[in-house]
Amino acid sequence: MGLIYDKEKCTGCMLCPKVCNFGAIEKDGDKVKFDLDKCVLCGSCEEICPEDAIGIERKTVDKEKIAEYKDVWVWCETAEGKLRGVAFELVTKARELADKLGENVIAVLIGHEVEHLAEFLIHQGADRVLLVDDKIFADYTTDAYTIAMVTLIAPRKPSIVLYGATNNGRDLAPRVAARMALGLTADCTGLDIDDERQLVQTRPAFGGNIMAEILCPYTRPQMATVRPNVFKPSDRDTSCTGDIEKVEVKIGANQVRTRVLEHVKEVVEGMKSVEEADIVVCSGRGIKDPSNLTLPQELADLLNAAVGGSRPIVDAGWLPPTQQVGQSGRTISPSLYFALGISGAIQHCSGMSSSEIIIAINKDPEAPIFEIADFGIVGDIFEVVPAIIEEIKKLQSDR
Amino acid sequence: MKIIVPVKQVPEVAEVKVNEETGTLIRDGVPSILNPFDEYAVEEAIKLRDHYGGEVVVMTMGPPQAKEALWKALAMGGDRAIHLTDRIFAGADTWATAYTLARQIKKMEYDLVICGKQAIDGDTAQVGPEIAELLGIPQICYVRHLEIDEDGKHVIAHRETDDGYDVIKAKMPVLLTATKGLNEPRLPNIMGIMKAKKKPLEEIDAATLGVPEDDLGLKGSPTTVRKVFPPERKSGGIKLQDVDAKEAARQLVEFLAKKGAI
Repeated sequence: MGLIYDKEKCTGCMLCPKVCNFGAIEKDGDKVKFDLDKCVLCGSCEEICPEDAIGIERKTVDKEKIAEYKDVWVWCETAEGKLRGVAFELVTKARELADKLGENVIAVLIGHEVEHLAEFLIHQGADRVLLVDDKIFADYTTDAYTIAMVTLIAPRKPSIVLYGATNNGRDLAPRVAARMALGLTADCTGLDIDDERQLVQTRPAFGGNIMAEILCPYTRPQMATVRPNVFKPSDRDTSCTGDIEKVEVKIGANQVRTRVLEHVKEVVEGMKSVEEADIVVCSGRGIKDPSNLTLPQELADLLNAAVGGSRPIVDAGWLPPTQQVGQSGRTISPSLYFALGISGAIQHCSGMSSSEIIIAINKDPEAPIFEIADFGIVGDIFEVVPAIIEEIKKLQSDR
Repeated sequence: MKIIVPVKQVPEVAEVKVNEETGTLIRDGVPSILNPFDEYAVEEAIKLRDHYGGEVVVMTMGPPQAKEALWKALAMGGDRAIHLTDRIFAGADTWATAYTLARQIKKMEYDLVICGKQAIDGDTAQVGPEIAELLGIPQICYVRHLEIDEDGKHVIAHRETDDGYDVIKAKMPVLLTATKGLNEPRLPNIMGIMKAKKKPLEEIDAATLGVPEDDLGLKGSPTTVRKVFPPERKSGGIKLQDVDAKEAARQLVEFLAKKGAI
C-alpha cells in the first residue's frame, strides 16, 4: 500500500479518524493506527492532517490493475432541484461508451432532496444511480463535493468519470483529479473508445485552431470535463429500469472550508442561458446601439433561442455577463449559432467554434468569422436580419 | 499579507496561424505574452499588498525565455520572482505542472495564492484547483470581486457561476483564480520596467526542488497527447456576397430548413 505514516510527526490530534469514510483509522494510544485492508488511499486523512504526518505514495497503475476498473460514471450536476441539461447529454454519451466496453453506466447524483431526479437518469440510460443526499450538499462547495466523489470513486473503481464543463464541473474535477493523482482532460468535444479500450478524449486548443487527442494510459479512472451541448441527449425511455444505491458520506462541518453566503442570480427574467440553448443568436460591435438589440431578440424569440453578446457588448453593459460568449465569457456548442456583426476574433471563436452550424452576417467580407462559418452573408445586419425574420415567419406559417 | 501568484507565458494566441498543409501551428514570429488572465491575478495581489503590506511573489514554471513573463509581472509591481526551470519539467500536463508548482509553494509562507482562471493557449482552468488540492487549502475559482474581511483572516469573494455569482467566504490561506471583472490590470510604466530586472529572480531546477524525476514533466504526467490535428474545415462553407438582403435571407432559411436546424 502507498500509505506513509510518520508516527514521529503525529501529535495524536485525532482529526484523521473523523474524516475517514472507510473506518480504516483508529486511536492507538496517543497515536493512530491504520487498517490497510480497509484503506482505499482516498487521501482524506492526508488532506486533513495538520502535521503532514500522513502521505499517500501514488504509483502508476499497471495493466492488471487497470483491468480492475470498470463502468462509465457521470457526475450529474443539479441546480435548484433540477438536473442540468449536460447531465442528460453525458448519460447518453456514457451509454454509448459503456456499450462499446460492455460495462455499466453509473450516474452520480449528489445534492439535497434530489432523490426524485434519479429516475430521470435511469430513463436516460443509467444502469445505476449512486445517490448521496444530505443537507451539506444543498449548496455546491468544492470540499463537500470532492469528498463525496472521492469516497464513491476510490472503492468502486470506475474506468471513466465524466463531468459537465460548467463552472462547478471545472471546479470539482481538477480537485478530485489532484487528490487521487489522476489525469484529467478539460473541455472535451469528442469522446470515443479505442482498440485498447482506452478513452480517446478530443479537445480544442489554441483558440480552436487545433484539436488534440488525449489519452490517460497509466491511471484509472480516466476523467474528462465535457462541454455542454456537444452531445445530444437521447429520447428518454420510461421502460428502462435500474437500481438506486443510497450512499452515506459523512462530512464534518469543519471539512467544508468555504461558506456560500449568498447566491446572486444575474439571469435576466426571460433571458435564456446561452450554455443550455440549442440555438444562440449572438451580437457584436456591429449592433451599434443597445436599442438595436431588439432585432436579435426578435430572431431569438422566433427560434426559441438565447441571445448572446461578444465581449465589447457585455463590457459596455448592453447585455449581462451571463450572456457573454468567448474566452472570457461562456464556452458554448449550440446546434445553431448566429454571429451578427461579429468580426470573429480568436478570443470569441474559442468560445463557439465547436457549434454545429455557424451563420455569420457581417459587412466586412474579410472578417475572420467567415472562415469558420457554414453560411456567411456579407451585408448589413439591419437589412439582412429583418429579411431572415420574414423568411422564417413565412416558413413557420407554411408548416 | 504574503501573496504568491503563479503565472504562465503564453503565445499571443490571436496571432497563431495554422499551416494549412501540415495542420500544425506556426509559432515562429508569434510574440509571447503574460497570460492575460494572470494579469488580473498580479494586479489584485499588488493592490492587496499596497493596502495591507506584505509581499507579492510571482512564479512560473517554464523554459528560460519564460522569464519575460516574470519581468512583466515584476514591472507591474511584484516584489520578487521564482523561475522553476529545468529540461526535466518539459512536457508536463496540468497535474505535473500543478505538482511542480505546489512543491515549491509548500516551502514558502503565504496567505493567498492567486492564479488566472485559465491560460489562453490550453484553456483548461485545471492548474489552479490542482495546486490548491496539493497544498491542502480551499479554493475559490472564477473570482471577479474580492474583499478581505474586517478580521483580516477571511476573504469574501464573488465567484462566477453559470447563472450569476455566489458570495463565498473562506479563511486564509486560500487559492483564488481570477477572471475578467476583478480589476483593470495596470500597464507597467517605464520606471517599473527598469526596476523589474533589478528585482530578485531566483532560478530553481529539479534537483534544488528536491523532487524525483519520475514525478516531473512528461514522465510525471498522467495524460499523454496522442495526436494533434487541425479542426475539420467547414467543407464548402457558403459565403454570399453582393446578394440582395432578401435573396440572401431566402437562401439562408432554405439552407437551415434543409439541414433541419430550424
